[in-house]
Amino acid sequence: MAVLHSAPRYASNEGVIDAISESISVWLLGATEAHGEVSFRVKRDDIARVLETLRDDHAYQQLMEIAGVDYPDRAERFEVVYMLQSLTKNHRVMVKCSASEDTPVPTVTTLWPNAGWLEREVFDMYGVTFAGNPDLRRILTDYGFEGHPFRKDFPMTGYTELRYSEEEKRVVYEPVELAQEMRSFDFLSPWEGADYELPGDEKSRGAPTVTEPKTTEKPADTGAGAKANEAAAKPSAPEQKGSGTPAPGAPDATSKEGGR
Amino acid sequence: MTMQREDSLTTTGEVISNYTINFGPQHPAAHGVLRMVMELDGEVIERIDPHIGLLHRGTEKLIEHKTYLQALPYFDRLDYCSPLAMEHSYVLAIEKLLNLEVPIRAQYLRVLFAELTRICNHMLNMGAHILDVGAFTPNLWIMDLREDCLNFFERASGARMHSAYFRPGGVHQDVPEKLLVDIGDWLDNRFFQLFEDAMSLVMDNRIFKQRNVDIAVVSREDAIAWGFSGPMIRAAGIPWDLRKSQPYDVYDRMEFDIPVGTNSDCYDRFMVRVKEVYESAKIIRQCLRDMPQGPIASTDGKVSPPKRGEMKQSMESLIHHFKLYTEGFHVPAGEVYVATESPKGEFGVYLVSDGTNKPYRCKIRPTAFSHLQAMDFMSKGHMLPDATAILGAIDVVFGECDR
Repeated sequence: MAVLHSAPRYASNEGVIDAISESISVWLLGATEAHGEVSFRVKRDDIARVLETLRDDHAYQQLMEIAGVDYPDRAERFEVVYMLQSLTKNHRVMVKCSASEDTPVPTVTTLWPNAGWLEREVFDMYGVTFAGNPDLRRILTDYGFEGHPFRKDFPMTGYTELRYSEEEKRVVYEPVELAQEMRSFDFLSPWEGADYELPGDEKSRGAPTVTEPKTTEKPADTGAGAKANEAAAKPSAPEQKGSGTPAPGAPDATSKEGGR
Repeated sequence: MTMQREDSLTTTGEVISNYTINFGPQHPAAHGVLRMVMELDGEVIERIDPHIGLLHRGTEKLIEHKTYLQALPYFDRLDYCSPLAMEHSYVLAIEKLLNLEVPIRAQYLRVLFAELTRICNHMLNMGAHILDVGAFTPNLWIMDLREDCLNFFERASGARMHSAYFRPGGVHQDVPEKLLVDIGDWLDNRFFQLFEDAMSLVMDNRIFKQRNVDIAVVSREDAIAWGFSGPMIRAAGIPWDLRKSQPYDVYDRMEFDIPVGTNSDCYDRFMVRVKEVYESAKIIRQCLRDMPQGPIASTDGKVSPPKRGEMKQSMESLIHHFKLYTEGFHVPAGEVYVATESPKGEFGVYLVSDGTNKPYRCKIRPTAFSHLQAMDFMSKGHMLPDATAILGAIDVVFGECDR
């Protein structure tokens, strides 16, 4: 696909996957190139070795970012993504590994000193632990905060709110009380892409099972009660005189109305 | 500041005392809400533990609950000193996922305003840095120039700071011809007089140099290992600028130089910024000279909204408008990491899309994270007042650092 966008253009990805895959093949689970980004999926326990190889043998000198992502459907729900940059080759790669709450990821603070805060952030936001990080404290959330707010199952409103209490002369924490219910607008078109069912759609799932098929052969079958049955039994609107084939030369209905 | 005295006995019996000082979170030199727990030996800094997150608003979580277009204004509120540079990374990330072509005039406009943002940001940072080390006047003078920049943003977008001007596929509105003329006029007749006047007060000033030269020297190796970017890595003598090495929009058509430092101290960081202002002015002049006429947003009606006039005439435009402002556009599944050269360094956006109209995950890489983290090792052995100079030279804004 031709590149139309004007996003940053760094050195070509050509041959990068082959060259790197060869040297980290022992730890490699998969390599992909999509949207112009090269990414490697590797075994969690060997992440530090992989990154060391990339830094020392492939000249990816800088660790720019560690990002956590939460995929609650997966067995190991978290993904830790390392963004590496090479100043000499002018190239970027991503390295990923998966993790769960109780499978610590080896730290890379031994390779890059700035990994410390980046790992702390992933720990704070997702609860992924990093084995060997000497200072794995929370970083962005409040002192004494509980939970990991960027998990998909953590509500956006959180659980506690704080305010300054005039009586106690200090900031107090209270459970969140919303003045109105949290609104989450869903504008996904129901005809494309929405993965939920619109109310009423469940009726279309298979024909309902009916023991006695409903018919309205007799007037009593209307099911609207005795009065209605009586009314239904009467002949409908009395036939008009002269109906049927009009006499030749007779004026049509409209002019008859007008003549009255 | 609060102090706590820890007395301990040495083996010889004399009492030495280390102070623990709480710098911030309400401190004029903290550039926002930064709390630093400092361990001092007399006036010499032994250890600094920066506590950040006091301005954490959960931007990334909020973005996950918004459509791609609705999430854009959050970026203005990250680094509120250079809002357009923040938007730049985000719109480029979306365009990369969509593989969307941006009209050439829109690319020029973006580069023009990104550079104006750089000047605007450096005015604030340099002013604050000078103020932090004890000089008052230059800040007042160059703050006036920042005001001019903000007025230009207002004339382009209607908002002084939180412009939301860059949009996926281009920019929001075309600029009036008079604005471009005025920007050129401002550069020619006003900007440099004031700027050079202000800089002449500090560049060779003895006190300013005493406060900055040889403070927080970082070697090239350290600058790379700590993930430095922007003026911080350039001051260390590494000519690394994403605008040059990984050009985006029309930066590859621009002629400009990358100023680098030699000594990698606070003074060099300051001077790199001074020189960058001249380079930015160069780029702005080239934009004004070469900017072609044409559309200012992608012609793909599925991504960029139609003009008001078209909506009155064309059913298709009306439908596009309705769909874009309710459902928004869908972005193909995938993930990209797009980083641009913000005035403070590499500002990156890691965008994960699951194919719907909302980002699945949007990780923002703040420039301040790696710089502020190095605060401890940069200030070790320096005096307490140097901490403000170091902090000023880092150029940190907490909207972006804490997100």
